Amino acid sequence: MRAINYRPDKTWRLALAFLPFALLLLTYIIASDIRLSENPNDKLLPSFAKMGEAIDAYAFKPDPRTGDHLLWNDTSASLTRLVIGLAISTAFALVLGIVIGLLPVMGATLGPVVSVLSMVPPLALLPILFIVMGLGEASKITLIVVGTSLKLIRDIALRVADIPREQLIKAQTLGASTSQIALRVVLPQILPRLIDSVRLEIGPAWLFLIAAEAIAADSGLGYRIFLVRRYLSMDVILPYVVWITLLAFLMDLGLRLLQRRAFPWFAEARTA
Amino acid sequence: MNAIVFDKVWKEYGDHVVLEQINLEIVERSFVALVGPSGCGKTTFLRMLLGEERPTRGSILVDGLPLKAEPDADRGVVFQRYSVFPHLTVLGNVIIGREFERAGAFGRLFGRARKQAEEEARELLSAVGLAGQEEKYPSALSGGMQQRLALAQALMRRPKVLLLDEPFGALDPGIRSDIHVLMRRIWNESSLTVVMVTHDLSEAFELGTRIIAFERPRNRPEELERYGARLSADIPAPPPSAPAIPKGATVTKDIEIWPKKVAGSPGVLTRHGHSAPRS
Repeated sequence: MRAINYRPDKTWRLALAFLPFALLLLTYIIASDIRLSENPNDKLLPSFAKMGEAIDAYAFKPDPRTGDHLLWNDTSASLTRLVIGLAISTAFALVLGIVIGLLPVMGATLGPVVSVLSMVPPLALLPILFIVMGLGEASKITLIVVGTSLKLIRDIALRVADIPREQLIKAQTLGASTSQIALRVVLPQILPRLIDSVRLEIGPAWLFLIAAEAIAADSGLGYRIFLVRRYLSMDVILPYVVWITLLAFLMDLGLRLLQRRAFPWFAEARTA
Repeated sequence: MNAIVFDKVWKEYGDHVVLEQINLEIVERSFVALVGPSGCGKTTFLRMLLGEERPTRGSILVDGLPLKAEPDADRGVVFQRYSVFPHLTVLGNVIIGREFERAGAFGRLFGRARKQAEEEARELLSAVGLAGQEEKYPSALSGGMQQRLALAQALMRRPKVLLLDEPFGALDPGIRSDIHVLMRRIWNESSLTVVMVTHDLSEAFELGTRIIAFERPRNRPEELERYGARLSADIPAPPPSAPAIPKGATVTKDIEIWPKKVAGSPGVLTRHGHSAPRS
């Protein structure tokens, strides 16, 4: 049988999905064991027991100096910045994307400038943001907005333009005004697609967040891993990285479930 | 009266002449079928009638007034695809016409107004054979049902003219003949002028009161003159063997159907066999 015709069933699919994770874990355990057997004080590949101690200290015991639980403190600081940034981005993208995609005059006016601005590397703007807005929360949130909103706007504008011409004509023959078309025909069809676009921007948003926190912050997940890097504390960095990955994955999953729950017609139309 | 008059209408895209010298009068309550080979400009003709495209020259008059330059609620339309809104239920797809009409910028009706629109929509849906499907999304409907829904949706605004762009072209023969019965009944019962583009001649003859055939004739003297006029006077018009210059289509045949069908007369329905909707 040809390779393209082998289809794993549900059990196999699950097993195959776990396989690479298990291999990664196994590789780490073996490598860590080898290094630790040579030098029990090795810091590069700490054992799981060591990491467990670090997690316990950061997540479940108050910090002796500040009295905070550092992991939760960092998580809430980071997530606040990330969610506010992404929310502002999404709101921008929704309004400007629909306006650019639906109204030819606005498309001609704003389309080119958005295309050009989306090519500016956001991290190159970080110093400017720090200079202009100071080192507080505003500059970090602005970096996330600048980094993600322009691509989102372009994406939404393209998806609006993808709505079949027939539907816009049809709405007009039913007597719809421009605002009615925007709110009743375009917006509801764009929302599930917006979720797809935002899912793809979660990765970049984390990138900008951690970059901003690494440079200037006093809390946050990115701040923490760059702080403990000075002590080579891999036993803290590795759990933090896994935790960040897990958070990003859960955000993605949450948006996917929201899309399926809130827009049942969307999945049906896509498979039909 | 809402007679539609095409007065010496030309449509060109750049150098490409799609339609030329269209003179046509469509009387109220007729069912005009437009036939012709692919790319002959049938759909362009329909788009001009819709207000989506403007004629390059000439004018289109409705009741003696120039046609509005954008689509509006006077002219309903059903396309072959993408005619219904995928994000609305069957009921929502029909109600939305009334919502656009009565509600403001947000396009939503509430309370009694919505109840009333809903009732009207349910009536219309059962008239097109979609009773019991109200809460489904269009993607759950078959192709024939989607087109029935598109018809109901278009009829909600009671347009004077209904434009159909190959509406039944993608349907199975059995389902198509059922929907033909429905189409004939709709045309007969509501005060509608229908203009339908089709590539199916038998469909055109079965439904239409009048068939208009488009064709792209080659080497017609007036076309050579037209192109000659664009060149300087000394250069001879291209000989017949020269590469084909794109030429527009004109109305070549205009057929009145016999025996005559008149909208509103009972004979229209009884002459053709009835069958229960299958789709």
